[in-house]
Amino acid sequence: MIEFRLPSLGSDMDDGTLVEWRVRPGDVVKKGQVVAVVDTTKAAIDVECWDEGVVHLLLAEPGTRLPVGAPLAILRAPGETVADADRAWAAARALKAAGPTTAAEAQRAAQAVVPPAPAMPPPAPGATVPPARPASTPAPSPARTPAVPPAAGATPAAAGASPTPRPRISPLARRVAREHHLDPARIPAPRGVVQLEDVQAALRAGLAASPAVGPAVAATPAGPTAGPAAGPVAPPTPAQRARAMRQTIAAAMARSKREIPHYYLSEEIEFAQAAQWLAARNAGLPPAQRLLPAALLLKAVALSLRRYPEFNGFWREGAFVAGSGVHVGVAVSLREGGLVAPALHDADRLDIATLTRSLLDLVKRTRAGALRSSELADPTITVTNLGDQGVASVFGVIYPPQVALVGFGRIAPRPWVDEAGRLVAAPLLTATLAADHRASDGHRGALLLAAIRAALQEPESLGAPWQDAPARPQE
Amino acid sequence: MPATSYREALRAAHREALQRDARVFVMGEDVGRYGGSYAVTKGLLEEFGEARVRDTPLSELGFVGAGIGAAMGGMRPIVEVMTVNFSLLALDAIVNTAAALRHMSGGQFGVPVVIRMATGAGRQLAAQHSHSLEVWYAHVPGLKVLAPATLADARGMLWPALQDPDPVLIFEHAQLYNLEGDLPDPAPVVDISRAAVRRAGDDVTIVTYGGSLPRALAAAGTLAEQGIAAEVIDLRVLRPLDMATVLASVRKTHRVLVVDEGWRTGSLAGEVMARVAEEAFYDLDAPPARVCSEEVPIPYAKHMEEAALPLPPKIVAAARALRQSA
Repeated sequence: MIEFRLPSLGSDMDDGTLVEWRVRPGDVVKKGQVVAVVDTTKAAIDVECWDEGVVHLLLAEPGTRLPVGAPLAILRAPGETVADADRAWAAARALKAAGPTTAAEAQRAAQAVVPPAPAMPPPAPGATVPPARPASTPAPSPARTPAVPPAAGATPAAAGASPTPRPRISPLARRVAREHHLDPARIPAPRGVVQLEDVQAALRAGLAASPAVGPAVAATPAGPTAGPAAGPVAPPTPAQRARAMRQTIAAAMARSKREIPHYYLSEEIEFAQAAQWLAARNAGLPPAQRLLPAALLLKAVALSLRRYPEFNGFWREGAFVAGSGVHVGVAVSLREGGLVAPALHDADRLDIATLTRSLLDLVKRTRAGALRSSELADPTITVTNLGDQGVASVFGVIYPPQVALVGFGRIAPRPWVDEAGRLVAAPLLTATLAADHRASDGHRGALLLAAIRAALQEPESLGAPWQDAPARPQE
Repeated sequence: MPATSYREALRAAHREALQRDARVFVMGEDVGRYGGSYAVTKGLLEEFGEARVRDTPLSELGFVGAGIGAAMGGMRPIVEVMTVNFSLLALDAIVNTAAALRHMSGGQFGVPVVIRMATGAGRQLAAQHSHSLEVWYAHVPGLKVLAPATLADARGMLWPALQDPDPVLIFEHAQLYNLEGDLPDPAPVVDISRAAVRRAGDDVTIVTYGGSLPRALAAAGTLAEQGIAAEVIDLRVLRPLDMATVLASVRKTHRVLVVDEGWRTGSLAGEVMARVAEEAFYDLDAPPARVCSEEVPIPYAKHMEEAALPLPPKIVAAARALRQSA
């Protein structure tokens, strides 16, 4: 039995209101799948589940305000039967009712009623797990082909099951499904492959609409969600959202200035090499495919952070904790006022074309209010690029618990002295670093900015070779 | 609008070139006294004289080389090679001299030669006389390759080709010479850079060139009766390819079928499909498809020759398969 709890929605969020469920009891959940939509003061966030299993029970009702960490649903673990999951859940609730003893005791008691898992090694990260096949047939999930989760590269022997075929989805259908926040694997495919018309049919049939929270799969005493869902809850009005957004920003920024001893550095970067490289790459490309200067800047920052990891992480409880990867938060201003800085995951590993696409997608979804919880929780540093607004340089306020913020101003021709000592007009860009002096010192900050500058003098080093193979979009 | 033929349009284009530019002359086997093996240059010797319309010996390597030399010397020759099959004898001159000289000389020498060739199958001329080797030339940097498939292009492409400072190859499908239709007078000016949408549609994009254009249009007519609206694109220029036009269409229809009389393996169709996959992958709802000649030397017997070529029934079947499935 797996308890799925409301994950963190960013360091300045403590709770959210469940808007709708994206899964029903009986649905297979894959790692990273969006299972619910939760509203915070900033936006409606797609909440991802990082466990794999089958939805057993939905615990929370749409419309309820829940703290981060509140249990939202119960999943059946791989190999667990419906009956076992019921018993486990009943036992866990009984324990909670009895009051906590010690965490260890409670854990032991809960495990005692879960039958030992069949002799199956724990799935490797990303491995495929077949849905549990209980003795009693649960409420049938909607018939669909293929009805199995896609293999993710684990050896079949390790997963203890025969390899499942990769679902066949045309690139167009996958893209359109993603744009509408539909999981392509859930779309019925009568011809054996999901194509555009199947996605459109699914949209018309309301597949993305809130599924009713169905009756509990087996009789559960006083199941908390036996009733039907109230349906999606009306989101806050724009005025309410704007007020709440400002309060959230005010709290975060005040905390930042109160707690973080900022130091500031700035560096002028000559952009001619990068501009030429971009112009050559973009020549002959239609506007929709052109690479953005912002993608180059983000990549330069991401690669430089690999060399100076003390700027990529968090200050927690008196010490620096390095980030698990380079997840660059991109500051996006919202039209109705306010600011969100969601993460571009693993920005150091993306080629420039993918980075451009991901950036545009992220900005679009941010402004449309369609972000995922991992995008809010995971940024390890923030980059703010106010060049388009025409300002020469920006000294930002670090977003706690991060320890640094890189700012970029506009790219414009300015006087510059070249290696030959001549005064020339060159495209210049002012990059700045605001950094937490608890975690780093000016010397290292200067090296970081110097690395960013050096990277932008050799744009070929930032990305893939001339012909990028089309990369798979980030799942 | 006067009625005319592809052949007559070509002849009119030659006449205009000979009149407008004193540097232009025509050379090739049987272009003068015989009037051209496809009758394109008929009457031009009488009108313009032996200095402007020159019969050459039966030696492709020799006279193509001479034409290249004339171009380097300041003339604007139109070299007629009877068919692409015989151009193989002049491949060295075309690829190693004409295509490469500007590059090898650092820009000091250009080769402003126009080489015209008949191409294609369908007249039972069998294995050695039925090739469609446009793709071999489209592979070579330094060459521009044109494939006029309409009367307007037959009439209009020759002049801009002659004005180009670099070598231009013009492929005329042998079955197009008798193509009849109307052509405005004066004839429209055409470019030699872009593809053309010959028929608009939303369901599938059919990309083709040269002698396969009438086949694709016929197939599109049949498909329309079956409820499938095909968009037909005539590439017109095989090097450099106008992928912008093709990609815009693919982004609209999400399905692409390329019709190419060359053999499937190593075909120009393969290049177009690769470019579509590279640049419009996320707009495709089905894999790119092609209809080409079967992998056999073109047969002599009529029914077998027809079975080997990408004729309309095969195009219709392929387009239907694209629409219906994965």
